[in-house]
Amino acid sequence: MPIQDMFRTVKEEIDLSPTVSDEVKFTTCYMCACRCGIKVHLKDGTVRYIEGNKNHPVNRGVLCAKGSAGIMTQYAPARLTQPMLRVGERGRGEFKAISWDEAMAIAEGWLGNIRRTDPRKLAFFTGRDQSQALTGWWASQFGTPNYAAHGGFCSVNMAAAGLYTIGGSFWEFGEPDWHHTRYFLMFGVAEDHDSNPIKIGLGHIKGRGAKFVSVNPVRTGYSAIADEWVGIRPGTDGLFVLALIHELLRADKVDLEYLARYTNAHWLVIQAPGTAGDGLFARDSEGRPLCWDRNREGPGDAMAADASPAMVGNYKLADGRDAVPAFQLLAQRYLDDAYAPDAVAERTGVPADTIRRIAAELAHAAFAEEVVIEQPWTDWAGRRHERMVGRPVAMLAMRGISAHSNGFHTCRAIHLLQMLLGSIDTPGGFRYKPPFPRPCPPPIKPAGKPGTIEPGKPMAGPPLGFVTGPEDLLVEADGTPGRIDKAYSWEAPVAAHGMMHMVITNAWKGDPYPIDTLFMFMANMSWNSAMNVPGTIAMLTDKDEATGEYKIPHIIYSDAFASEMVAYADLILPDTTYLERHDCISLLDRPICDADGAADAIRQPIVEPDRDVRPFQDVLIELGARLGLPGLVHPDGRPRYPGLYRDYIANHERAPGIGMLAGWRGENGETEGRGAPNPKQVEAYIANECFWRHKFEPEERYYKHANKAYLEKAARFGFIGAAQPIILQLYSEVLQRFRLAAEGHGTVQPPERHRERVRKHFDPLPIWYAPFEHAAVDPAEFPLHAVTQRPAAMYHSWGSMNAWLRQIHGRNRLHMNRVTAEGLGIADDDWVTVTSHHGQITVQAKLMEGVEPGTVWTWNAIGKRSGTWNLAEDAGESRKGFLLNHVISELLPPEGDGLRYANADPVTGQAAWYDLRVRVEKAAVPLAATEPAFAPIPDPPGMTAPPAISRFGELFRRRRAGR
Amino acid sequence: MTSLPQPAMGKKLGLVIDLDICVGCHACAVNCKEWNTGGHAAPLTDRDPYGSDPAGVWFNRIHSFEAGDGAAGRTVHFPKSCLHCEQPACVEVCPTGASYKRSEDGIVLVNEDLCIGCKLCSWACPYGAREYDWDQGVMKKCTLCIDRIYNERLEVEERVPACVSTCPASARHFGDLGDPDSKVSAIVRERGGYDLLPELGYKPVNKYLPPRSPRTAVGSTGAAASLAPVVKAEPGGFLHWIDRILSR
Repeated sequence: MPIQDMFRTVKEEIDLSPTVSDEVKFTTCYMCACRCGIKVHLKDGTVRYIEGNKNHPVNRGVLCAKGSAGIMTQYAPARLTQPMLRVGERGRGEFKAISWDEAMAIAEGWLGNIRRTDPRKLAFFTGRDQSQALTGWWASQFGTPNYAAHGGFCSVNMAAAGLYTIGGSFWEFGEPDWHHTRYFLMFGVAEDHDSNPIKIGLGHIKGRGAKFVSVNPVRTGYSAIADEWVGIRPGTDGLFVLALIHELLRADKVDLEYLARYTNAHWLVIQAPGTAGDGLFARDSEGRPLCWDRNREGPGDAMAADASPAMVGNYKLADGRDAVPAFQLLAQRYLDDAYAPDAVAERTGVPADTIRRIAAELAHAAFAEEVVIEQPWTDWAGRRHERMVGRPVAMLAMRGISAHSNGFHTCRAIHLLQMLLGSIDTPGGFRYKPPFPRPCPPPIKPAGKPGTIEPGKPMAGPPLGFVTGPEDLLVEADGTPGRIDKAYSWEAPVAAHGMMHMVITNAWKGDPYPIDTLFMFMANMSWNSAMNVPGTIAMLTDKDEATGEYKIPHIIYSDAFASEMVAYADLILPDTTYLERHDCISLLDRPICDADGAADAIRQPIVEPDRDVRPFQDVLIELGARLGLPGLVHPDGRPRYPGLYRDYIANHERAPGIGMLAGWRGENGETEGRGAPNPKQVEAYIANECFWRHKFEPEERYYKHANKAYLEKAARFGFIGAAQPIILQLYSEVLQRFRLAAEGHGTVQPPERHRERVRKHFDPLPIWYAPFEHAAVDPAEFPLHAVTQRPAAMYHSWGSMNAWLRQIHGRNRLHMNRVTAEGLGIADDDWVTVTSHHGQITVQAKLMEGVEPGTVWTWNAIGKRSGTWNLAEDAGESRKGFLLNHVISELLPPEGDGLRYANADPVTGQAAWYDLRVRVEKAAVPLAATEPAFAPIPDPPGMTAPPAISRFGELFRRRRAGR
Repeated sequence: MTSLPQPAMGKKLGLVIDLDICVGCHACAVNCKEWNTGGHAAPLTDRDPYGSDPAGVWFNRIHSFEAGDGAAGRTVHFPKSCLHCEQPACVEVCPTGASYKRSEDGIVLVNEDLCIGCKLCSWACPYGAREYDWDQGVMKKCTLCIDRIYNERLEVEERVPACVSTCPASARHFGDLGDPDSKVSAIVRERGGYDLLPELGYKPVNKYLPPRSPRTAVGSTGAAASLAPVVKAEPGGFLHWIDRILSR
């Protein structure tokens, strides 16, 4: 062969149209909480490829890094393989494999005993659970009030502030109008929230030339592409927002027409200091709120469609008491110079000129760039409007707001700003996602008042709900909390999501009472879901000296993976992966709706489990039937849902005609929203790519809180009780009721110890106060804020065992502002100690420009305990990774009398893990691994040995070539 | 030396990546890995996947860096994969003809049957876009999803590279950059799309759209520097609204 031929390109035969898969199934992703639709390709029974479902309302075909890595979660060696019973001491990781029969019998024994004696002694808490419509109901059927999911340490400030103020909230209950907004203001949103919809939306608005402002101490991810990054100091967003409000009020750039139509701004507030009525709304004899109606120059029905309400002025009520419109109280407060940009600039770290300019830009977008959609609609009073006019300013907030102890009020301040601009559910603004808006708050009260819990009986209602006054609290006559987590007590009256972060501490202390069994599902409570990890581990393993029993006698845990929590449980019920089970993304739980349509979804098994594992929801239903819980058995004791969760999804009715799924209801699948159970409902979903969506008519899409067509449909679908307008609560009478109790009014009052705390924080208008830890520690000793951000490519600890995602985030560092770090003599990769009032960690630093100078931060939940997740003991996650959780206390520093409140928001009980203050110093000597180091935990029995090399996909190619 | 196709073809398939809206989420990188580990160049091997130093083959990697100091600087997320150069050094240095540029569409590929794993191509590529699979002993790289873009078994709209199909922000575009009338060519013109390291002369086909300028200056949205106060700064200033006539 002539030598030059060797150098010529040889034509390669390429199969341009290979078979991708031999089967395609649709289901719902579970690699984070976003719940995107996915299309799973199977080849030879193995998952070949997962892509976004282009028809799905959440992700419209796209898929994030986590979702795309689902294959590596499905085949991760970290999967648990069999039920297990602890044989060694707790925390040692010594288990024996047992059968499911044995496991179920043990669980039934423990729980049956509790139910027969004192149901409160079961504490049932779930993590990032997407089946709360089942788990909450199950707890209620069992008869324990001690149930919650992870919302207490996630976003209850956001949810509660929204639901009590506008009848919806950010993320799951609302979304920005990506298509029409001109100005988008985003507060404290980490990159995982809400993964694909935000990325899709940001792409849209940047393409349209709308301005995107990100208010966040850290400039990563979304903030990196903002047109303007406002590097605010953690915990001061409320001040920033109230200064914007100050500017808008001073310039009369507020939409009073909107306020009069849709909010309680004009409702008259009684001014009678020292009396039981002070600060409440003035009402007529039938309880209707009053306004000052200028048509009659006297008090009139504030809800009357023909009223002409006054927004300011001092008025006399018929009974002689004074009253003023709520708006006047608001204006009076925020016009004060205490809220002027110059007064808050230093504290927030945002220059006064920037605050003034952003206020001007908000007003410009809202009032000079109003959006008009030529779409007639009819309001609640039956009046036809020819077009939909909107104020195109949209906002979104998440954990940077909610994880502070002032987060409830800060979030309310953001909603107040939205209302003043007239942008709630108008074109270009914030839009409700059904089933919201609901009345503020939704009319569901938490069940479980002391004295109502009876052995062997279900509770009268759900464990979680919305209190509207002191009489709804779950407290003893002396104020002692009724729940183990102290939710709905005077320490956290509006704890609408419970307080999972306090369960272990309180159960260990036996405060307010000891429990028998802690039953948890997918909650890594001995690690990244706990504040004070070392202390939590000590409490989980602590024994009663007298009896030798663990202080928390039994712990049952269900997880699909060998997480850090496994070693601290006594009985392990191994769950399946998300591709191996039925699930239900229900309107009764956290819906997947969008502003233009109502939607729900299911998961279907894509592959058969190759291990002795069972879907947790199946286990829960079977366990419930074994325990004879009324909703789960027929009167003769036979299981009501022999087909387990799939059966329950289709056939359970929560109220007549209302079930877990809203699509294809009725015996033949002929109705939606409301209708008889359809035994073939799951099949109908599978045939429709595993989701249902009802698209709203154009006339129903905006002003949902006051839109007749929408409200009537919402009532028909069971989203709301009746087609009544939903009044936005600019002024919160609910909060005032608690304040009045603290001031000595009413029959249910806080114990003396809590009185002043309740009085101060239950202000009916938004307030700002320094986050508790900031105020409690010496700023000279702990000069820096420390927060955790969440990366786009890792959801909490869920990607820890994922071979691809851990190549992206396999360790973490402490990110510091370069100038701040240099001032401390710290360079890249130096080892530094991070000290809080609670503890110390030693980690490596990474300098950066895009972080507020007084803040340090790291990625959340990358650090792993050595030996867990079936990773090598010297994995980067444990050697170089770390958690800030170790230096966050679940309790605030002691008060003068020794009392320690939860490190939480005083209104909602939301864990305040962003309040952390630290000192950072260069470590004396470089370390080989981060500290504290925890002893490695051995693998549970039955785990697959992880491969040294993964050649995933090789088989597909070989088989393709062989054909 | 491996020769380039002659004459130079007109079709130049490639990617256009919008750095103004890329949030660095890694969706493209992982979806690429997922598709390609079972695709034309399968597998994209991972070494020590559960150990102390996991390292795998990725055709697309995201680099994040900061440009400029302090708050005035910016964070840039920069996805990088093979740029399918018009004058690919990686092809020209290949001693066996394994690395080649397709005459039909300009895609640069590796013929694994001919690759001896000498890595000359990865030394030659100034962009670091080649990925050596030490387990298989061959060089691998972005195929522009050659097994998707012409795949008659896929729906027409799915015939784009996996990274483009999955990108949540729509920061990635695929098309024929040799056709001045194509959508991608138009975007490049409108947004000032640029070549990486043009001075090296390899003429990358892939283009990057630059980040838009920050909008922090007064007037960037048409608004003034501040709002003119009309309500008196005194107790009772709220009486400004006393005569407002409102309806419900």
